[in-house]
Amino acid sequence: MPVDQSLVGRECPPTAPLEVTGERVAAFAASLGAPFDASGGAVPPTYPIVLAFDAMQAFLTSEEIDLFRIVHGEQRFAYERPVRLGDVLTATLSVVSLRQIGGADIIGTSSAITDADGALVCTGRATLVHSGGAPSGQQETA
Amino acid sequence: MNPGDALGPRTFAITRADLVAYAAAAGDPNPIHQDEEVARSVGLPGVIAHGMLTLGLVGRAVDEWTGGAEVVELGCKFTQPVVVPAEGAAEVVVAGTVKTVADGLVTLALEVTCGGTKVLGMPKAVVRG
Repeated sequence: MPVDQSLVGRECPPTAPLEVTGERVAAFAASLGAPFDASGGAVPPTYPIVLAFDAMQAFLTSEEIDLFRIVHGEQRFAYERPVRLGDVLTATLSVVSLRQIGGADIIGTSSAITDADGALVCTGRATLVHSGGAPSGQQETA
Repeated sequence: MNPGDALGPRTFAITRADLVAYAAAAGDPNPIHQDEEVARSVGLPGVIAHGMLTLGLVGRAVDEWTGGAEVVELGCKFTQPVVVPAEGAAEVVVAGTVKTVADGLVTLALEVTCGGTKVLGMPKAVVRG
């Protein structure tokens, strides 16, 4: 079994704090073709994926799972408040579920995105679909 | 906004160059969004758009429809890949209707398609109204 069932319930270490700067948000908004006012405009609602993705990559690295074998199955954000310029955010990922379907691992995660005061800004629940069997460096047994 | 109100569909084009820009801005280097060979090696039909790029475009449509209302919930399942050709663009269409208005929250029903196929499952957006 490529991904260990004992991962369920694991909380990963928080990601390094990241400041929400006008420059970062401007690039993100531009890549969506969305307007953005760097002097204090609204941050696109999907921006917290930057934090959640950082947390996911750290998790995948720790489990020796190749990023290219991951497809995003589901993503849902619930916001306590909008992300604002100047926020310093951190994501803490927990593994909430794990099942195997047709040789793929379906990994359910939840990332708490908190500000510099530790207050919850939003929660991102993601399902990661890991296909193609064994993590790098391990023998495929299926 | 009232329940049943139709929100004008928005059409967005996604090119390979957009995938490069999104990958850099979002910090997502997954090669399935850049490299045909890698994408096919994991069973995908070709280079696919980041699911979060498509959901980001949904966020953009919601912003346009609601005049920048605060988003309280946004999410979906990524049920079908948005395949982005090497030349030209994939066109994603985001259509919506107002589903419910209650307790200061407006819930939108969404349909997101590419080439006539639904690409998002159970897409949902809730904004303050």
